[in-house]
Amino acid sequence: MIDFELSQEIVNSRNMIHMVAEQGMRPISREYDEREHEKPWDFLNMMWSASQTANPVTFGEGRKKEKEGPSIRNLQSAVTIEELSWGDAGLYLSIPNPGLGGAAVSAAGTTEQKQRFLARFKGGEPKWGAMAITEPGCGSDSAAITTTAVRDGDQWVINGTKIFVTSGLMAAEKSDGFVVVWATVDKSAGRGGIKAFVVERGTPGMTVTKVEHKMGIRASDTAMIVFEDCRIPIDNLLGSAEVKKGTEGFKGVMATFDATRPAVAASAIGIGRAAVDFVREVLDKEGIKIRYGIAPKKLTTLERDFMDMEAHLQAARLLTWRASWMMDQGMHNNLEASMSKAKAGLAVTQVTQKAVELLGPLGYSRKCLLEKWMRDAKINDIFEGTQQINLMIIARRILGYSSKELN
Amino acid sequence: MVSFQPSEEQQLIRDTVAAFAGEQVRPLAHEADESGTVPSSIIEQGWELGLVQSAIPEAYGGAGDTRSAITGALVAEELAWGDLSIALHLLAPRLVIYPLLDAGTAEQQARVLNAYTGAHFAAGSAAVMEPRFDFDLAELTATATRQNGGYVLNGAKCYVPLGSDAEHLVVYARTDGGTGYEGVNGFLIEKGTPGLTVVEREKNMGIKALATYELSLENCRVPAANRLGGDAGCNFAKLMNYSRVGLAAMAVGVARAAFEYARDYAKDRKAFGVAIGQKQAIAFMLAEMALEIDATRLLAWEAAWKLDRGEDATREAYLAKNYAANMVLKVTDNAVQVLGGHGYIREHPVEMWLRNGRGFATFEGLVMI
Repeated sequence: MIDFELSQEIVNSRNMIHMVAEQGMRPISREYDEREHEKPWDFLNMMWSASQTANPVTFGEGRKKEKEGPSIRNLQSAVTIEELSWGDAGLYLSIPNPGLGGAAVSAAGTTEQKQRFLARFKGGEPKWGAMAITEPGCGSDSAAITTTAVRDGDQWVINGTKIFVTSGLMAAEKSDGFVVVWATVDKSAGRGGIKAFVVERGTPGMTVTKVEHKMGIRASDTAMIVFEDCRIPIDNLLGSAEVKKGTEGFKGVMATFDATRPAVAASAIGIGRAAVDFVREVLDKEGIKIRYGIAPKKLTTLERDFMDMEAHLQAARLLTWRASWMMDQGMHNNLEASMSKAKAGLAVTQVTQKAVELLGPLGYSRKCLLEKWMRDAKINDIFEGTQQINLMIIARRILGYSSKELN
Repeated sequence: MVSFQPSEEQQLIRDTVAAFAGEQVRPLAHEADESGTVPSSIIEQGWELGLVQSAIPEAYGGAGDTRSAITGALVAEELAWGDLSIALHLLAPRLVIYPLLDAGTAEQQARVLNAYTGAHFAAGSAAVMEPRFDFDLAELTATATRQNGGYVLNGAKCYVPLGSDAEHLVVYARTDGGTGYEGVNGFLIEKGTPGLTVVEREKNMGIKALATYELSLENCRVPAANRLGGDAGCNFAKLMNYSRVGLAAMAVGVARAAFEYARDYAKDRKAFGVAIGQKQAIAFMLAEMALEIDATRLLAWEAAWKLDRGEDATREAYLAKNYAANMVLKVTDNAVQVLGGHGYIREHPVEMWLRNGRGFATFEGLVMI
């Protein structure tokens, strides 16, 4: 039965999270945008202790296992992430949680590994997980990574440089977390040789060498991490060590994105909604009515722009809900996940840019948060697969092409 | 509980209509467009499916199926995927049936509805649009003036599907002093009523097979009993929301037809040694087309879902329809572009879909779901 009504459980949690967003995030939003690289510890500790009793905020839950009953976890995540990002996307990204590293462990790890790496998120001090894929010489082309993992007895030895690691500093050095590192065990095998390894915080040979200065999401740390003869136990490899022909192993790791892309889309939508809500408030205050129902050509430019913002945002939200719902149903959602991410990333980039234009001096001023939202929004068109990479995935799916046939 | 899965019954209906559209409708689309005629045989076949009229209550000789805007959107998309002209022709009787079910008095329903429960297609229609560049649903200029216990209608109407054959027309006009949507009422006018003149069959850029007419109303007298809903009148805004969602769903159908054709062509056509679909310039266009088609369908479904819950869906229906009108234009234009010069040649259907697709920005009130 086609239905767009969120279950009471999700509505209740959304209402609670909205309060956190409104009262816990908005008031410190500007401050931690300006004071880049400083941590809002009161907020982080609060979110950490909240996650001890409620579900932690996770970055995509992953596909439901067949034996499980109907799930709402991914949809609930999408709603939660939208709400938190409505509050502040940078603060949302800095919340202590398993993060993308956790998503990779969930997607590709064994039961023992999940226990070993994820149990730490209950109890003790705040902790972070992170994922390191991008390198100075390769981003979207993650099959071209040069970081190596070489087997030496009962250890893997990792060498290479990773950049753009979200929460990398917190995961690698400042908490009892871990970093999931993508490295190749056999360069000649191409994608088939790429594996994901978990490196525990403080492992000798892993060093954070830089924390980036960014356009937006400044409350979130984005780190460069260097691995120099970094030794980790054999069983920190996620999934199988076997180098398979073709892309089999790589596909397993790439499946992580099916869960994380709708999560990024949801975050984008939260920012976009913040912008649309703000524009609506200003228009309301000025007594400007949006006239739904009159002949479209009679709309003012302002009305038309505003309606476009609303419609594109809602289109992105529905695509995101669909991708999340499919994952909850245990359906394959690779195409739909990329659709949601491509649409949300672009739509929200445009929505926030348009909002700044519509509100004139108010929009461009740092007195309001709108200009910040525009800066924050842009990252969603880039990370976790750029818009173009997602269009490529969509194109391959609809045309039935392999990555060799369409690249 | 959020779900994107049609019910089993809806899926069955969708599959039935999709098969009909693919096997029966689509093969006729080109010739229908060229000749400007919808073959009556296809309309009879469509009528036999029973979906157009299924919501008429058993008391009036119908099947009494529950009416659902979501089911309506599914049906409209599939039929329009087959051919927009044939789809609009086949669904035209709903322009009488649904407003009557929605707002008609028991007497009106009893008087009119069983004309649409027979074994053969019966033409019914509605006159909503008006022939002027700044036509606006919120400011209809056709008027209905109360006189001698009845109404006198004056004004010009256009884009009336099957306007010359329809047994019943619902003509929408502004009643004395009325403004906006609230000031509009529907009037049941039977074929041949004095004062109602068929001006001409229209010649349009697209939907060429669909017979649409310009009508003129000159002191056309209608008994008070023919005012839709009697003294209570009708909720014109709500009726137009049903229409908007139907049009949005049809735009999705047209766009999907064009997308699929362009996609298949792109896999087949070689340039520089590979299929053009293997070039990013083409592949990305197709990816965006696919994405926007899905996005629009979901917007239409959401608006339909709101209508089915009995909630005011003006904002959702309006946004979905406008979004769909933009989307279908872009998608069908891209489809022509993917085929290049071949797309411009009438042997390929994409140029027809572009001509049909352009119409959605103009169309109002042409379908009900």
